[in-house]
Amino acid sequence: MTLDNIASMKYFAPELILSIGILAILTVDLIVGKPDRKRSSLLAMSTLVLALLATLVTSDGVSRGLFGGLIARDPFTDFFKLLFIATTAFVGVAALRSRDTIEYQPGEYQDKESGEFYALTLTAAIGMMLMAAATDLLMAFLSLELVSILSYILAGFKRRDRKSSEASLKYVIYGGVASGVMLYGMSLLYGLAGSTSLSAIHAIKDPPLLTLIAAITLCFAGFGYKIASVPFHMWCPDVYEGAPTPVTAFLSVGPKAAGFALLIRFFHGAIPADVRSVPLILGLIAAATMTLGNLAAINQTNIKRLLAYSSIAHAGYILLGLVAGNDDGQRAILLYLVTYLFMNLGAFLVVMAMSDAGLGEELSEYRGLGKRAAFPALVMAICLFSLTGLPPFAGFFGKFYLFAALLSRGGTFNTALALIGILNSAVSLYYYARILRAMYFEKPTNEAPILEASLHRWNMGIMAAVTMGLWLAWTPLVDFAGASIVQWYPHATQVASLH
Amino acid sequence: MIPVSHFLALGAVLFAIGVLGVVIRRNAIIVLMSIELMLNAANLTLLAFGRARHDAHFHALAFLVIAVAAAEAAVGLAIVVGIFRNRHAANLDELTLMKR
Repeated sequence: MTLDNIASMKYFAPELILSIGILAILTVDLIVGKPDRKRSSLLAMSTLVLALLATLVTSDGVSRGLFGGLIARDPFTDFFKLLFIATTAFVGVAALRSRDTIEYQPGEYQDKESGEFYALTLTAAIGMMLMAAATDLLMAFLSLELVSILSYILAGFKRRDRKSSEASLKYVIYGGVASGVMLYGMSLLYGLAGSTSLSAIHAIKDPPLLTLIAAITLCFAGFGYKIASVPFHMWCPDVYEGAPTPVTAFLSVGPKAAGFALLIRFFHGAIPADVRSVPLILGLIAAATMTLGNLAAINQTNIKRLLAYSSIAHAGYILLGLVAGNDDGQRAILLYLVTYLFMNLGAFLVVMAMSDAGLGEELSEYRGLGKRAAFPALVMAICLFSLTGLPPFAGFFGKFYLFAALLSRGGTFNTALALIGILNSAVSLYYYARILRAMYFEKPTNEAPILEASLHRWNMGIMAAVTMGLWLAWTPLVDFAGASIVQWYPHATQVASLH
Repeated sequence: MIPVSHFLALGAVLFAIGVLGVVIRRNAIIVLMSIELMLNAANLTLLAFGRARHDAHFHALAFLVIAVAAAEAAVGLAIVVGIFRNRHAANLDELTLMKR
């Protein structure tokens, strides 16, 4: 059913609570006059907890169209809301101890602008929630831009840092081009369908196929840039390397998951059934993405850059679920995003903890880390094994479901794609093992032990524990993800209009 | 009355000019201007389709797109100013701290 503006408010509560929290963080900073990151983070965390409660209370498994069909509130959005709240909370807690989120003054660190970091990440969280909920091209564009513009600002958060500002400039240029191309594609889709709602696009009768495929491809520029898939991945290594590490961790998980949510909605819900070449195009993009990501990662010497290429490769794996194009594939994507949240965030948390303890980001600095900082090295090892996809770590189950969904569709193309995926996992073991070798088998240049902040230790512990123990809760998780996949509205052919 | 295809062609040409500007020009501010051109080409296409279909929906769309483009330009220019302070360069080819 589609609700009007007033009736929608109840189901829009999580986003409303986040908005109020953001205003509170900024206002309190203004009134008190003295920024205090403990206070800001406390406000942000309580806002996230309230939003979590609101999500759980108002979630009843029914699919509703809110605001006259602009966004949806269904189990799918609830799943992603939980994912985004978790991401924002973990990054927010970690940022409390990170030097990277304090404005950098040459020669000294001053506790400045910390409230803004939390206001910005929470706003990005709202944008990601709206991305997962968008059922209208207009809303898809607006929410994607909301996330993008905040990501540009976050990437350049260390204003005086040369790398950080270079990262944000590259991000804004690539992002601007991608959103311009996407908007042009959307305008063509609007011309074909006569409406911006995804269900209207699904219902296009006898479309001029060439125009439709061109429009879809142009739209994919925007989505593909958000998930960093080939050929829209060029920004990714530079931005991930240059951005402050908490921001990199956030970008590598949150907006990527949101991009996949939007892709699922778009490709499951909006593509007319007679466009048959979509799985073929997506499959080729997926193969190119994982191969390029993995091959380019081999030669990297900066650990954040290496993880950036690894995250490109993972976007390729996840795209395989979209190629499968059925409910199993969609469920596999949701499951993989959960495992990816913990293993990737875990790896970045180790980088964060180490750089806060004074270690550089070059791979050579990680030599002998197993001796100097045993626990972070262990967490890193667990996350890397999981990212490779070795059992019994979470990443194995995620990958297994993705490949299984693809293989169960049969056909030479799908089988070949799954094989490419498996080969790529083998390649990825090579460069993950380089980090492991540096940590455990190479002599450190400096024997002094590294002490990480206790907050980081707890955070890393959670990530490692979940990555290792997710198989214990795997069946309920599969059921939950299976219940959360997009069910398209029964009135799919009804054209929603703006009120 | 001018046929819709004229507007669509103008939109496509503007979009192409925008893409070319991004690819060819190396000054960050001109690249940002080219991105604006791309967004406005899309806007023009939206408006042309809306006019052909006698649909009021597209007014709202076009205004929102203009607002988003303004926000993006504001952030983009702020970033260019910031990088100019750090590096005294607005040329994209000089920003190669992380290329390898």
